[in-house]
Amino acid sequence: MSTRPLLSIDRLRVEYPVRNRPPFTAVDDVSLAVGPRETVGLVGESGSGKTTIASTVLGFVPAAAGTIEFDGEDIAGADRGRRRRLSASLQVVFQDPYSSLNPARTIGKTLAETLRPHGSPSRPEVAQRVASILERVGFEPAAANRYPNQFSGGQRQRIAIARALIARPRLVICDEPVSSLDLSVQAQVLNLLRGLQEELGLSYLFISHDLAVVRHVSTRVVVLYRGRVMEAGPAAVVYEQPAHPYTRALLESVPIPDPDRQRARRAARPRSAPGLPVTAARESCRFAPRCPWAVDVCREREPPAEATTEGVLVACHRWREWATVRSREKI
Amino acid sequence: MSFFRRLLRRPVAVVCFAYLAALVGIAVVAPIAMPSVETQNAGDLFGANLLPGWSHLLGTDTLGRDVLARLLVGDRVTLVGVAEALITVLVLGVPLGLAAGYRGGWTDRVVTWLADLTFSLPAVVIIIVVLSVFPGSMLAGMVTFGVIAAPDLMRVVRSATLPVREELYIKAAEASGLSGTYILTRHVLSRISGVVIARASLLAAAALGLQTGLAFLNLLVAAPAPSWGGMVADGTSVLLLHPWLIASPGAAIAVTMLALSIFGDAVRDAAVEGWSPAVTRRRQALKSAAPGAAAPAEGRLLAVEHLGVSFPGGEGDLRVVEDVTFDVAAGEIVGIVGESGCGKSVTAAAVIGLLPGAGRIDGGSVWFAGTDLARARDAELGPIRGRKIAFVSQEPMASLDPAYRVGAQIEEALRCHRGLSRAGARARAIELLRDMHFADPAAVARRYPHELSGGMAQRVGIARALAGEPQLLIADEPTTALDVTVQAEILELLRELQLTRRMAVLIVTHDWGVVADLCDRVVVMYAGQVVERADVRPIFDSPLHPYTEALLASNPHLAPEAATLPVIPGTVPPPGSWPAGCRFSARCRYSVAACTELAVAIEAAGGAHETRCLRHDQLARA
Repeated sequence: MSTRPLLSIDRLRVEYPVRNRPPFTAVDDVSLAVGPRETVGLVGESGSGKTTIASTVLGFVPAAAGTIEFDGEDIAGADRGRRRRLSASLQVVFQDPYSSLNPARTIGKTLAETLRPHGSPSRPEVAQRVASILERVGFEPAAANRYPNQFSGGQRQRIAIARALIARPRLVICDEPVSSLDLSVQAQVLNLLRGLQEELGLSYLFISHDLAVVRHVSTRVVVLYRGRVMEAGPAAVVYEQPAHPYTRALLESVPIPDPDRQRARRAARPRSAPGLPVTAARESCRFAPRCPWAVDVCREREPPAEATTEGVLVACHRWREWATVRSREKI
Repeated sequence: MSFFRRLLRRPVAVVCFAYLAALVGIAVVAPIAMPSVETQNAGDLFGANLLPGWSHLLGTDTLGRDVLARLLVGDRVTLVGVAEALITVLVLGVPLGLAAGYRGGWTDRVVTWLADLTFSLPAVVIIIVVLSVFPGSMLAGMVTFGVIAAPDLMRVVRSATLPVREELYIKAAEASGLSGTYILTRHVLSRISGVVIARASLLAAAALGLQTGLAFLNLLVAAPAPSWGGMVADGTSVLLLHPWLIASPGAAIAVTMLALSIFGDAVRDAAVEGWSPAVTRRRQALKSAAPGAAAPAEGRLLAVEHLGVSFPGGEGDLRVVEDVTFDVAAGEIVGIVGESGCGKSVTAAAVIGLLPGAGRIDGGSVWFAGTDLARARDAELGPIRGRKIAFVSQEPMASLDPAYRVGAQIEEALRCHRGLSRAGARARAIELLRDMHFADPAAVARRYPHELSGGMAQRVGIARALAGEPQLLIADEPTTALDVTVQAEILELLRELQLTRRMAVLIVTHDWGVVADLCDRVVVMYAGQVVERADVRPIFDSPLHPYTEALLASNPHLAPEAATLPVIPGTVPPPGSWPAGCRFSARCRYSVAACTELAVAIEAAGGAHETRCLRHDQLARA
């Protein structure tokens, strides 16, 4: 990319302390960059470290190693004052629209307080900005006087988006913003996010466990498994021709709304017996215990990230064999 | 509605408020109006110990002074004392509790340690020691009480703060760069104000009680100034001869303590009413006789007919489910599909008599194996729940008790439903877990719920549901909270259970993929009604209701790579604001004038396909 990325994460490692044991590594050697007006999708199951990455960028969790640069400035160890200034350009939308709005405060108060740390705009100006952002996400300005319990999940999520955008940020971290919504409402929220991006020139770091949703909003996708990047590349390529077995497993797991095709897919899907969580040996590929195509080398050496011809980075020993299998399957 | 209007709607609160306001008024006025009372050593000694009468409304005391006058003037000392104690408790307890709960770590440890230390001190002894240094000082006595009682409020505030701190809106506020003080005062305090008010009013009542005791011991108010406790002491000295003397100060103290605690509860309820959920009520069976209450034909395991469910709302009952009819045959998988707020979860919960909050079935019937569950008493429903019909919820973690090993929870269900011995239940629990395809079922049985992943917890939940070998499993969004890879495994498991055990499944979902994967038949719900019922293939191939069609189209999984995803404009109208005609008409692209005029009935549209649409003929041809 020719322009300088807005957010650049380089070789990030995040550890959580565990009593009487070595720390648990939630994120290991992850690098990614989000350019201006770009959406990068971060995909993985629970426990893949995607929310930890978001928390680290937001400063809730310290980084054990690596750098996080926002607009060229290292923010990994930013103090309170820096964070306060940063919050004008870096905002967040969380997954759970029920827990992310204070039930005891009106929508107007919740929206207005985001403006507090950034100069003190006058009362009429605050009211005007609250009204205009509410209108932009599809509410009457009178909604400002109501409490969150008077809104549905999808409506609350639009309010949470309004809260993130009222301070006019440049990057919004969307942590599973649609995962708890009905599929039909997900489309509404995704359209809103996309419209706002074009209008306001926003960048998104879009976290989700649903690759199909991520594909719709993202320019590039990073697939995580147990804190490591398995595959990263242009969204369409990763979605259409997954190079990593894990990406493929993710895609195949999503049931498609067509009874005959879905039942055929299900019959063809390789099965793995669920056991207690297996921790892969330190030096093996992390996905090997679950991978139906794992061979000895997968359990002996951690695969390096290699670039494919389509501009995708993939961390799999067998991705080349895979590519041929894939092209054969297509015929 | 404002806080004060909500408060004034409660008659008890109004009475308590009026009483306390009157006390404050008297405290201000009485000492000014009757300045001599405070210094009056004795009244008419010949007129001592008089019974209430016209000249002395509450009689006279042992020194012939008017009891009513002393009661009124003594009110000020009493209230000022309570206020001093209350302010001390609040000033110490609230900030320390907030700091300990929100900051955690060292702050928490130091504050909790100090609180424990204070708890271990003998309170009364300390207050008496303090009062021997400051003889007769109400301020010293009450502030000391406040300091000793503050840890009590501190603990309440701390434990109320802990869960609030984990809420996402606190994180969002932190991410917005708001200061800790702002977050604590605006976000945390507003959430926990209810418990603070309730606890503080109890402590105020306790302060009044203690103050009375100290005045009774003559430690607080120097004679001749009147105080309620002193008056009780005066009365006690002649208790056998003139028992009525303790009646009026005693009643004043008791009524005031009661008013303080009741008012505290009312203020708390009014303060949180605007945003808190409704209270839960016990299940009520439907009383009225069923219209044409004949058991349905054989072959159908579950037959829901014209089911109606309502919840109490602000103005009368709100109907959230209306005229819902569907059935489930033995060994069949039926899906209920719709957006949130369409009544699908409520319908599923109503079948098994587990409606949340104060919801109740108010019409129709739920036939299961010859019994109408809507009219069944709890004693009749008991043997059916778990043994004939089992339930699996959306939150696998929340449905397991965190205090017990998962094996024990399955064994409990087995012993209850199947009457197995302890050893038999253990063996069967392991067997059930093996059926859930756990590689090491014995190891899983020894785990606590928090040691499991979401997918494992859902498998355990299903294993427990199967303990009673039910004929019907009701699953309310069983995979919505899970990762897609885990969802695929759970769906596989449900399908397998249905095949191997001939168990029927009623699954509630918003995901068409789940429907396509699992279901034999589909019930589509919109705004509390069934709008379409059909076998699974016709629903996908030729939906006969515009809502089904729109819902299928708005699935982001199906959508082509386009700038905007197709959506259904608008939102589901909430219960209470459903239109008179077709409830979907406002969002429907096929809507014509006739659609908004009269309620639309559900009708057959060929074979087993039924739809609630006036224009389904045109829709079929389109």
